[in-house]
Amino acid sequence: MKKTVFLGALTVAGLAAGVAAAGTLDDVKARGKLNCGVTTGLVGFAAPDANGEWGGFDVSICRAVAAAVLGDPTAVEFVPTTGKTRFTALASGEIDMLARNTTWTFSRDVDLKFTFVGVNYYDGQGFMVPKDLGVSSATELDGATVCIQTGTTTELNLADFFRSNNISYEPVPIETNAEGQQQYLAGACDVYTTDASGLAATRATFEAPADHVLLPEIISKEPLGPLVRHGDNEWGDVVRWTLNALVTAEELGVTSANIAEMTAGTNNPEINRLLGTEGTLGAMLGLDADWAKAAIMSGGNYGEIFAMNIGEETPIGLARGLNAQWTNGGLIYSPPFR
Amino acid sequence: MTILTDPPKESFRLSMLLYDTRYRSATIQVIAMFAFMLLAAWLINNAIINLNTLGKPISFGFLSDTAGYDINQRLLDYDSQDSHIRAALMGLLNTLVVAVLGCITATIVGVFVGVMRLSNNWLIARIMTVYVETFRNVPVLLWIILAMAILIETLPMPRAFKGDTPTATMDLFNTVAVTNRGVYIPEPLFSRSLGDIHVLGDMALRFNISMDLVAFLIVLGLSIFGMRKVTARANAIQEETGDRPKTWHVLLGLLFGPTLVLMIVLGFHLGYPELKGFNFKGGIHMRNSLIALWLALSLYTAAFIAEIVRAGILAISTGQSEAASALGMRSSRTMRLVILPQALRVIIPPMISNYLNLTKNSSLAIAVGYMDITGTLGGITMNQTGRELECVMMLMAVYLVISLSISGVMNWYNNSVKLVER
Amino acid sequence: MSDVSFVRTEMLPEQAPPGSEVGVIGWLRHNLFSSWINGILTVLSLYAIYYVLAGILPWVFLSVWNAGSLTECREIMNATWGGTHGHACWGVINERWLQLLFGFYPSYLYGRPILALVLLLLALTPILFNMISRRMNWFLLALAFFVTAMLMDASIFVWILRIGFAAATLFIGYQLVTLSGSDRAEQIAQGAKRLPNPLMFTAVYPFLMPWLMWGGTIWPPICAALGFVIGFVVLRFGKDHMSELVTMIAAVAAAVIWWLVLSGYVSDGLSSVLPIGIEAVESRKFGGFMIAILLGVVAIGASLPIGVVLALGRQSDLVIVKALCVGFIEFIRGVPLITLLFVASLLLNIFMPPGTNFDIILRVMIMMTLFSAAYMAEVIRGGLAALPRGQYEGADSLGLDYWQAQRLIIMPQALKVSIPGIVSTFIGIFKDTTLVSIIGLFDVIGLASAIRADTSWNGIYWELFAFIAFLFFIVCFSMSRYSMYLERKLQTGHR
Repeated sequence: MKKTVFLGALTVAGLAAGVAAAGTLDDVKARGKLNCGVTTGLVGFAAPDANGEWGGFDVSICRAVAAAVLGDPTAVEFVPTTGKTRFTALASGEIDMLARNTTWTFSRDVDLKFTFVGVNYYDGQGFMVPKDLGVSSATELDGATVCIQTGTTTELNLADFFRSNNISYEPVPIETNAEGQQQYLAGACDVYTTDASGLAATRATFEAPADHVLLPEIISKEPLGPLVRHGDNEWGDVVRWTLNALVTAEELGVTSANIAEMTAGTNNPEINRLLGTEGTLGAMLGLDADWAKAAIMSGGNYGEIFAMNIGEETPIGLARGLNAQWTNGGLIYSPPFR
Repeated sequence: MTILTDPPKESFRLSMLLYDTRYRSATIQVIAMFAFMLLAAWLINNAIINLNTLGKPISFGFLSDTAGYDINQRLLDYDSQDSHIRAALMGLLNTLVVAVLGCITATIVGVFVGVMRLSNNWLIARIMTVYVETFRNVPVLLWIILAMAILIETLPMPRAFKGDTPTATMDLFNTVAVTNRGVYIPEPLFSRSLGDIHVLGDMALRFNISMDLVAFLIVLGLSIFGMRKVTARANAIQEETGDRPKTWHVLLGLLFGPTLVLMIVLGFHLGYPELKGFNFKGGIHMRNSLIALWLALSLYTAAFIAEIVRAGILAISTGQSEAASALGMRSSRTMRLVILPQALRVIIPPMISNYLNLTKNSSLAIAVGYMDITGTLGGITMNQTGRELECVMMLMAVYLVISLSISGVMNWYNNSVKLVER
Repeated sequence: MSDVSFVRTEMLPEQAPPGSEVGVIGWLRHNLFSSWINGILTVLSLYAIYYVLAGILPWVFLSVWNAGSLTECREIMNATWGGTHGHACWGVINERWLQLLFGFYPSYLYGRPILALVLLLLALTPILFNMISRRMNWFLLALAFFVTAMLMDASIFVWILRIGFAAATLFIGYQLVTLSGSDRAEQIAQGAKRLPNPLMFTAVYPFLMPWLMWGGTIWPPICAALGFVIGFVVLRFGKDHMSELVTMIAAVAAAVIWWLVLSGYVSDGLSSVLPIGIEAVESRKFGGFMIAILLGVVAIGASLPIGVVLALGRQSDLVIVKALCVGFIEFIRGVPLITLLFVASLLLNIFMPPGTNFDIILRVMIMMTLFSAAYMAEVIRGGLAALPRGQYEGADSLGLDYWQAQRLIIMPQALKVSIPGIVSTFIGIFKDTTLVSIIGLFDVIGLASAIRADTSWNGIYWELFAFIAFLFFIVCFSMSRYSMYLERKLQTGHR
């Protein structure tokens, strides 16, 4: 491992010139660490604890990928990124993948040249208002002051929504969710708008959550998912199928608790293929045979990750809703492991 | 007798480029220039290769695309369907607004605090010292964040003005509403307005010129010209006879008379803010973000200016003020005619750099969501379009132009008050 | 006629001054109530002070220290005072203060940044405080190393270190205690060996510090330092064979070739053969207040030589060189730091050869160094301008050439005069490091946001920022006081 020591760094930079970027998968394996871009802090999705250990829904995806590729869920460098720096960090190769509740949009996929490997959370932009405002629909918000996080798609959605309903509003741009929460609670804005999951998570931490309501309108589709650079399909496959493995594991009932006994062999061939006891799926990806097992062991299957970080048992208390398995009427659906 | 002879003519040798002081400087300069150009070429070459790999070669075409986002605090008309370049213009104007407001306030507070630090009241002098030290030694970013938090948390929300028993009321005879969304002050309105002139039609840089404002400026200009004339005449009479005719009533009349007449002609009245729906409507709305940024920047910079002013006053030797009192000058005149003109020369150069700092620090506006040029061009536009290189380059160019203009103007002023040495 | 004399022949005894002029009352009258305006101002200020303190003090002191989350805090507050308003919840600081100070630096390695800071102060002592004797300086250094060795895990090597440093500490300490001023003078007169100049350690420190902070094997910093040694050797021995200018060029070229081409291989080779070193720490783990100090120190330290060159270039007669320097300085001073940080986080990789990637802390360091170099150049230019013309003329009359004059006469004086300005620049840079939170680095403010994103502390606000402001105030205030003290000292030295 090449260590960039302060004075030697420019030297290293000079030497590294011309070293063509090999496949990201090989890079990660050679490095022994996965560089994963996350937010600088979003309740339930990614935040460091008192020991500097990262935790959260997006963080678990990073850990699962690290476990699948390197066999070690702790072999991750979490690179905090802002709304501004996230795409540059990914495009420049500073991070190998971005798991930062990023919305899959046409222009990001096509124009900015990223590959979204799937959706780990189906979200939509919603509104939260204090109950005593007496508002029951977002169309009644004519003239309201709206707190809105900048650097995201939310501000564009908001402008479009109010424009198409022909009502006026006063945007109050804010940098982080914590600022938005503070301004909203102090009454500096009537409405707080961001992804519905974020609203629920924010509301859950209020002193009196019952005094605030989420309006029924969801004004946008926000499929959030991890993404990688365009053009490195092998690496994209690894991240995509790690995510799919987590989803499939939940569908097939493989949990971190019963995975050991499942590995011993089951009579469901798909579980066997998933866990590497049958077939050569791992080798096709360029990984070990038990890659999916390691990924699932790192934090459990999709459902367990959900329940542990943002589920109804946590203070954030999000219901599965759209993010239930397709068998339960949700949208979470993985292509078959075959 | 000595005969002047030409020094022996040497033929030019290559080594003279290094050893002959006549050529050495040229050699060094050529090498420096060459190295610089090589470095620049290397950087540009890398940039071009990298940008082509990323698939976004330099292009400024995105500037005319639809911006798609709204800006709350704006001086000209703008909506989300306008182009990115117009959004950037709104940001630039916002930067200038907060910079100008900040510089003025910082100067006033700074001079006040600087003088008060020299007060013979022990308590006042100590309080001012505490103020200066606290503000100077904590990062301005923290002050901006804290100012915003204080405004948001301590002021009443518009809802508090509502209902039969409101917990908050408007100030100054019901004309000013101070809320945690900003301050609403009355706006001047004209019932017989002269209208606006639209300049540049539909272009991105279009703006309106209010003819009312133009009329006021013309009248005010004429008034001041008249006042100059009256003062000059009074001076002439004083020179001749030693008696100065009373002019203050004439001057006052000249200053306010024509303006008052124009206001009546145009049908001047004030538009008061009123609580309608969620917010106050009408009046001029100065948003919290602007006030917080303005307050934090000016208080922070004022702490530095106070030190400069104090040092400037202390730099004038006491002999000057003693000489002035020996001439029989009152202390106010001593300050105005003897101390300040001399202190100004010491004060102005560091003051320039503080104005520059304030303007540059205004780029921290994003911390409170004030849409200055860093928030529009270097913020949302950059995020939405992914054109980092172009946006950052434009951003730097804009700040560079602002900085150079400020230092240009201030240097010109500095030269005009400089001691004329003979 | 009686000889009545109206002239007093003896002095009256001195009377005690009126009670209203001395003591507490006199002081009050003079300083607080000297006129009725002053009286009103005093009363108003007293009220203002009371108002501010009445708001802040209860909040600070009637507070909760032991709580694991904001909800817990609020419960305790409700139980104790029957309300949550007006009480601070310092539980967050209690739980996270180490993180706010060190970021994610591994907690069992906290000793390393602390040692780096202590050594920094010791390395700066000979420059900043010349009232401390050489012996004292070396004694403190040896003591610092001894304490470090005592804190390390015991092994044979460590035991050798411990004994060595203990001996050194005792030896210098003994000399320190026993040697009086006259003895020392006598020793010097006898040509006895004196302790080496502590500035030697200051020269070593720039290579020691990165090693302590980043860890890894000992070879990269040694190889970096070796570049200077090689340049120096070429300079020393090349003089006999080549002309001075050629030697100088050769020395620079040799050092540059060493750094760019050879040192990488040599240090890698040595590292694999002799892996002497300490645990490596990724710069991503750096954060909190530590990063502010690190960025500030590195930016100022690295910008000092650049600043000197720029300042000289700006004063030079060479038109192109001058234009380049002025252009650089005015450009950097004309744009806000945040745009330079945008360059660091978004653009620097674009300007490097394809495939280059070095981490964000390093990129920020580079941009901060360039930023402070411009300000440093102006400070040093001020120092150069403060030198009397006669110094330059004196150097010329001694027959010194340009570089000799700069090295021996001009720079030592100019730099000394500039120290207060350099300290002020440092304070400015130090405060400006908070801006890195905007590009997503976890400095104190960035960490504060991250802590607020933790489920248990979501919604906390004032406590974190009050703590951060307090930290900055302590450090900046003491530095500015030092700078003022120095300014006074230098002024009296000049007049």
